[in-house]
Amino acid sequence: MDMTTHSSPPTLEALREQVKDCQDILLANLVMMAETPAPTFGEEGRVRFLLDRFREAGLDHIGDDEVNNGVGFLPGPDGAPTLAVFAHLDTVFGTEHSHAMSLGPERVKGLGIADNSLGAAVLASLPHLLQRLGIQPQVNLLFAGVSGSLGRGNLGGIRFLLENSQRKIDQAICLEGAPLGRLNYTALAMMRGEIRVQMPDEYDFSRFGVTGAIVHMNDIINRLLEIPRPSRPKTSVVFGSIQGGTTFHELARKASLRFEVRSEADEVADMIESRIGDILLEVQARSGVDISLDKIAFRRQGGITFDHPLVQNCRSVMAGLGIEPKIGPSMSELAALIAHDIPAVTLGLSNGHQVNTPEEEVEIDPIFTGITQVLGVLQSLSFPGDAA
Amino acid sequence: MSIDQWLETNSFHHSTFWDLKQLVAEKEKQNLKISLCIPTLNEEKTIGKEIVIFRSELMTRYPLLDEIAVIDSGSKDQTLEIASRFGADTYFSGDILPEEGFKRGKGENLWKAIHQLNGDIIVYVDADITNIHPRFVYGLVAPLIYQPDTKYVKAFYDRPLAFSQGIRPSGGGRVTEILTRPLFSLFFPELTALMQPLSGEYAVRRETLEEIAFPIGYGVEISHLIDVYTRWGLKAFAQCDLDKRVHRNQATRDLGKMAFGILQAFLNRCEQLDMVDVKTEMAKVLRQFQVNGEQIEQLEFTIVEEERPPIQTIKGYQEKFHP
Repeated sequence: MDMTTHSSPPTLEALREQVKDCQDILLANLVMMAETPAPTFGEEGRVRFLLDRFREAGLDHIGDDEVNNGVGFLPGPDGAPTLAVFAHLDTVFGTEHSHAMSLGPERVKGLGIADNSLGAAVLASLPHLLQRLGIQPQVNLLFAGVSGSLGRGNLGGIRFLLENSQRKIDQAICLEGAPLGRLNYTALAMMRGEIRVQMPDEYDFSRFGVTGAIVHMNDIINRLLEIPRPSRPKTSVVFGSIQGGTTFHELARKASLRFEVRSEADEVADMIESRIGDILLEVQARSGVDISLDKIAFRRQGGITFDHPLVQNCRSVMAGLGIEPKIGPSMSELAALIAHDIPAVTLGLSNGHQVNTPEEEVEIDPIFTGITQVLGVLQSLSFPGDAA
Repeated sequence: MSIDQWLETNSFHHSTFWDLKQLVAEKEKQNLKISLCIPTLNEEKTIGKEIVIFRSELMTRYPLLDEIAVIDSGSKDQTLEIASRFGADTYFSGDILPEEGFKRGKGENLWKAIHQLNGDIIVYVDADITNIHPRFVYGLVAPLIYQPDTKYVKAFYDRPLAFSQGIRPSGGGRVTEILTRPLFSLFFPELTALMQPLSGEYAVRRETLEEIAFPIGYGVEISHLIDVYTRWGLKAFAQCDLDKRVHRNQATRDLGKMAFGILQAFLNRCEQLDMVDVKTEMAKVLRQFQVNGEQIEQLEFTIVEEERPPIQTIKGYQEKFHP
């Protein structure tokens, strides 16, 4: 379904002022959302909060599903296409951490505030804002807070929703807290995995030498670094986390490595994955240790083009607000939408700092620009020939 | 009214009052105005979100509150700037009723608020609550709206303390359990039914506030309870369970100072009521000790529980509210 652009930059500035007038509701939603812990697979509290906001705004078909996605629907004109707005509800922080937020004059600080409490809070606020500002998009709007996105969640929530939705989704916008200007419309091929090395109980040190799991993991890493990574298509292997052993003087019996392969081409990502498998088999055979590979997440490359009407629309609205687009590929919810051939973009909402650390912060003032950007995109979507 | 009867009819859980639409409708039917007072002294870390959440939920969405005011004792940090930035009315306590002078203390701020604010009901909420939520206001205001005989509503909660390692699920209320409740058990047994007599969150009708004195320091809460009780009895109180309240932990030494002030205020009240006869003048200096190397050092803190009279006796107040 085609959706064309009717953006009007002068109106955007006025709209931004109206959004700013709603500061108390936006910031209250942000603080209350952020203070509800939501580790992956533990997002129930945020879903309840989101659905309460959807109910108060009078959305239709409000509810949650069996994997804890929270959705609400705002019908547009008869026969209108449907645009879905997504935000992932989960954060990387567990319930054992204090989720108290601190609201200063310029910034909000606290765990997960940028990734992705801000995205989730804006999702919760959008129905109210549309109502209060009298914006009537010429599309049906499906609002969805999705669970199980991060880490081992592997985008489980949005995948489930897309596979089971009774409603055809024509286009989609994904909301991420930071950075403002983020504009993703392509996804990289990606494989995320964890390699585990374990010394068997009956390990024969006389045959294989006095080594521990760390030495074997080191061998694996050296071999992984030898895998050729082409510069075109762009490809990288990221070693994100390593663990092993318990103390100074005992051989480590276990070690693990978390890594991610990214590539602009599916074939290259597949080739690297295959090489990793070969390396692990070889090291295992040579060393006598148990080695396993747990594939945690997987994405296929794809997306829409720079001149797609949805991307053009976003760029036009961003230009009207003086936002410099930061264009790049994404591995978030966008990847699941691309896998379902749904044209989609990811937009950022503010400037974030120290993201995914205990010092995580977002700037307040850019939030109003970020939200105006989303409203501007929603406002300017319509059927070809529609005068709205 | 027995304690059991009172617990049955005058103790609530905030969830009873979840229907804010109905609560606001009832407030408007009674033509009530409600003011929120947040007394502050250097609370920049928590004041912003308190203001934003109360404004959003209890003014913009559901107009339960008619004004939100921060009454400050002279903060040196950004407390007032932040409160003002997010839409609260901010006042320096010394600027209110200036002819009455300025005394430094939370009770002073609460007393001055009665003059500055316009509500028929004033709800007081401390500024150091980390897990702030609209229930901290509507849970206290609702019993006054729904029960005309209720004059004074106290909060109670399970109070975890905030630690760097997270939340400890129990603790808090130490002064209540080792000082206040034993004192009440000795002299005012019915007041033991109040779960958190020292809680800093309460809502009170203006006509009640006008008639009671305000110690400016630690003794303000215990004095209120005794004054309201001796004048109107247990039935004038209600209490509301606000669930969890996360706040800064206080060192035992600081609790000692608090207990010293409370004990002064309590004994003063008991003397006025002819319940005890303190035959010597009470000292105003609390002595605490600390070991520094091989030296034992004596620390002296002068804590005087000064008191403001019922505000209806103040000329400036009479001119504003009862001309």
